[in-house]
Amino acid sequence: MESFLFTVFAVTACGGAVAVVLSQHVVRMAFWLVISLGSTAGLFFLLNADFVGAAQLLIYVGGTVVLLIFGVMLTASGPYLKISGSPGELLQASVVGLAFLSILIFSVLRIDWDEHFAKLEQAAGPSFFERPTYRPASEGATVRGLGAALLGTRFDRDLGTGDDELSTGYLLPFEIISVHLLVVLVGAAYLARAKRKVTRSEE
Amino acid sequence: MISDFLTDNLSVSPTLATILAAVIHIALLGAFFGLPAFVFIWAERKVAGRIQDRLGPTRVGGKFGWLQSLADGIKLIQKEDLAPDAADHMLFRLAPYIVIVASFGAFLFLPFSEDWVAVSLEVGLFLALAILSLEVLGIILAGYSSGSKWSLFGGMREAAQMVSYEVPLGITAVIPVLIAGSMNLNVIGQMQSGWFWNWLIFHDPFAFLAFFVFFTVTLASNKRAPFDLAEAESELVGGFHTEYSGMRWSFFFLGEYAAMFFVSALAVILFLGGWWTGIAPLDNAFRELGYAGRVLGFVVLMTKSGLLVFLQIWIRWTLPRLRIDQVMTTCLKYLVPISCFLFLGAVTWPLVLSATLGRTTLAPDMEFGQPLGERVPAVSRPQVRSTDSQTYLHDEQPDGPLVAVEGNR
Repeated sequence: MESFLFTVFAVTACGGAVAVVLSQHVVRMAFWLVISLGSTAGLFFLLNADFVGAAQLLIYVGGTVVLLIFGVMLTASGPYLKISGSPGELLQASVVGLAFLSILIFSVLRIDWDEHFAKLEQAAGPSFFERPTYRPASEGATVRGLGAALLGTRFDRDLGTGDDELSTGYLLPFEIISVHLLVVLVGAAYLARAKRKVTRSEE
Repeated sequence: MISDFLTDNLSVSPTLATILAAVIHIALLGAFFGLPAFVFIWAERKVAGRIQDRLGPTRVGGKFGWLQSLADGIKLIQKEDLAPDAADHMLFRLAPYIVIVASFGAFLFLPFSEDWVAVSLEVGLFLALAILSLEVLGIILAGYSSGSKWSLFGGMREAAQMVSYEVPLGITAVIPVLIAGSMNLNVIGQMQSGWFWNWLIFHDPFAFLAFFVFFTVTLASNKRAPFDLAEAESELVGGFHTEYSGMRWSFFFLGEYAAMFFVSALAVILFLGGWWTGIAPLDNAFRELGYAGRVLGFVVLMTKSGLLVFLQIWIRWTLPRLRIDQVMTTCLKYLVPISCFLFLGAVTWPLVLSATLGRTTLAPDMEFGQPLGERVPAVSRPQVRSTDSQTYLHDEQPDGPLVAVEGNR
């Protein structure tokens, strides 16, 4: 069942990605991007990573692509609607893309996954999902863990270890990101504000 | 839940049981997706008629014209399915399906009564809002791919409106979450049992105001009047659905009425006590009944959300439509700052109360009819027991008619 669902989501994600590259119409590209990103969210749900999947849907599918189409609708006219590259660009892009693909395939094939899994098990102890939590993994046990880790508490590391050392969570990156987002918001508001020149009569 | 029952009692193989359970869930959800929409389309016409001093539909199906929606549906199926020459045919044909799938997908996470939910997820509210927000994608694509100026204007207005109104929607929806301590809609509903002052709308003044902001924002995000700029008939012919006909056109409306019901049910679960009547003895009696009590809870939830939908219809036929700049001003200059203020207020409220009064709520401290999740006696809170290398989160349930659920512990 899971492998069947994985196949469905993986094929749609890859097919959508290929269709983004192959289609030449900007809005259709955006539509295929939605299919691809939505299937990626499905893959996250298969991994029981429900918060990441939901964030994928909300931010990429619901936010970014909608803004993309909105931008295209506001600006699109004639030459920008269809994108078709010259043969030289096609060659450059395919060389870069194929090189990257070969690096990926090479590095995936080089790793001895069984040995790594054994190492990982040894290092991490019982995995996160096997620990007793409030809710079964299928209902999403990630949210509380993620939230606590972002506020600087790592239940999954600190509980039951016996020693008094506490591992640090991700409070500092979280704060940096939030301040960064605030700066971006203020900057966007400043840029978007209508810059009216003050005329004499208004002074 | 159903798949467990099938594997345990009827000895069905797990894969088949999962598929069967999925089919049963989807069929039930389809019924509760379609039937309210069916009823509310009739109600819209009837209420509109009454408000405008007309009778509304009277003929189809007996006295009140209550089969009018069915007649409409049959008429729409028979209509020709057109696509204009200037349209981008693939996107034009796909757009209604995106709308209907998005508004249907949101129902997966909506509990209809205690534990009656298709997918119980810890991120239920977040995911439901995320999927509901995909509806705008279908509408933008419909507006864009129609190849018509009216549709393009409608789609652009809808995009601008939805992207802006999602901000106050998210902030006001988070206020009940921070009171309940969970994004699981089932847990949020369970928190509000007991007397009606346990409902989250009466939790603090900020939550009380947040409900009205939430309701206003859901009006706008469903493009209901006075925010129905995307389909403003007097300016844009039909807005984003000008070029659509037949079933594809009706899909937009089915999606809209289902989304109306969805946001009303969401408002009921988040603020108005969900499936609880608000009268503690009655709720206790419901719980004693077991399964039948859940059916009664379902009826309560449907009644409350039906009332909210009626309110939406009432507002639509009472208030005039705003201009697009007024819509954006309402959102960005008023609703966003108000909801940010309410959020901050709701965060500080329990801190201030516990500093001054030593309690976190103002609700009367009665023995009977307490909320289920919140003030569980300290002895029965989950205790973290740390043995050699393993950790247990230990749950002890208090005795009594009400069983504690996981909440703000």
